[in-house]
Amino acid sequence: MNLEEIKSQIEANVPSCRLEIIPNGSPSGQHSLLVDVEHGFTVASFLRDGATPRFDFCSNVSGVDWPVKEVSTKVKVKKEVDGVEKEVDEVVKSQSGGYLEVVYHLYSVEQREGPVILRMRTEDRAERNHVPSLTPIWRSAEFQEREAYDLFGIIFDGHPDLRRLLMWEGFVDHPMRRDYVDPDDYEYEPTAHDEVLKRAQAHRPAEEGGL
Amino acid sequence: MDEQLKSELRRQGVVATSLQELYNWGRKSSVWPLNFGLACCAIEMIAATMARYDLARFGAEVFRPSPRQADLMIVAGTVTKKMAPQVVRLYNQMPEPKYVISMGACAISGGPFKQGYNVLKGIDRYIPVDVYIPGCPPRPEALIDAFMMLQRKIDAQYLTGAGRPRHLDAEMPSEFVVPEFGEHDLVPTKNSEVWSVPLVNISNAGKNEPGRD
Repeated sequence: MNLEEIKSQIEANVPSCRLEIIPNGSPSGQHSLLVDVEHGFTVASFLRDGATPRFDFCSNVSGVDWPVKEVSTKVKVKKEVDGVEKEVDEVVKSQSGGYLEVVYHLYSVEQREGPVILRMRTEDRAERNHVPSLTPIWRSAEFQEREAYDLFGIIFDGHPDLRRLLMWEGFVDHPMRRDYVDPDDYEYEPTAHDEVLKRAQAHRPAEEGGL
Repeated sequence: MDEQLKSELRRQGVVATSLQELYNWGRKSSVWPLNFGLACCAIEMIAATMARYDLARFGAEVFRPSPRQADLMIVAGTVTKKMAPQVVRLYNQMPEPKYVISMGACAISGGPFKQGYNVLKGIDRYIPVDVYIPGCPPRPEALIDAFMMLQRKIDAQYLTGAGRPRHLDAEMPSEFVVPEFGEHDLVPTKNSEVWSVPLVNISNAGKNEPGRD
């Protein structure tokens, strides 16, 4: 089974959807298919009902947090230095990330094919963090979407019962996000150092070595 | 009573005892644990009650499904912050005298999840623990050892005097604060009556150690 093939199948059947193959450089070579949020639901229902093979089983849903990251790449630029044209290395800075991502692993039990990996990205990590829920298509996604909502704060539109799964109601953070700050309930190690030492000192009076 | 005289009498077929001895013997020989497990340690706890290890030999085979009928709480497994209030509430509902065995690394300190965000760093932050068993998970033998340790502890208790156990002292609490779910963590994060920050000398940490420079 070829991801290119599936991509062209989708393109032929779901008009105006934007697809992109995200290559995976590892030896497993499990490339994935990035689907735009607007057509995510239509693409998924096509994959279940219309595609060959039909992907009748969603085995795994996971969230990924991509915080804003500055990437600097070296680019060779031709420049005139002292009247002579030379190749000079120039560092170009760009930003990547700044969104949340959901990854779905789809299998065809019928044809014993898979996985096809679907990705959807939210617009940003704060307000526009919505993706369509695929629970109406694959019921097995229900709890895993709830988990992604709980731990990453991704809102799944159309989910039948979007509540926290692992943390309690009233918990405000999303602990699996990269910028999550642990609650300060540290128990101090006998050989505290670095970050733990700073926390330990903050809890101690000055005469005992605290800050 | 003189111990030598007592054993001499016993050889003659006369049993001499004291109320304290009889009372403690009765209690230590019928410690009924509460029937609940939290994680993989519970599997070892179950194994300890089965035929091979046979916890029934020590009078503890009756796992009660209600805290009202239980004497011993075996905290077997990872206590998540979401579960912690329920564990404390179960403990509060047990009648005195009651004992706690903290089984396994997680129940003692959070274990491998100590640095995580959703696991309580030891059940002893909220309730008093009598016996700790290290291990991940501890073998049934370790649970039996802890159980025998608890029996020795019960056996050595005085019924009167300053050192008498909690259930014979009306001044001592038998219920403990049930933590509530806060916005980031449990509130309060610990019960200062039963747990305090361990005394670790951090005054020299981060500085040059003496004799090194």
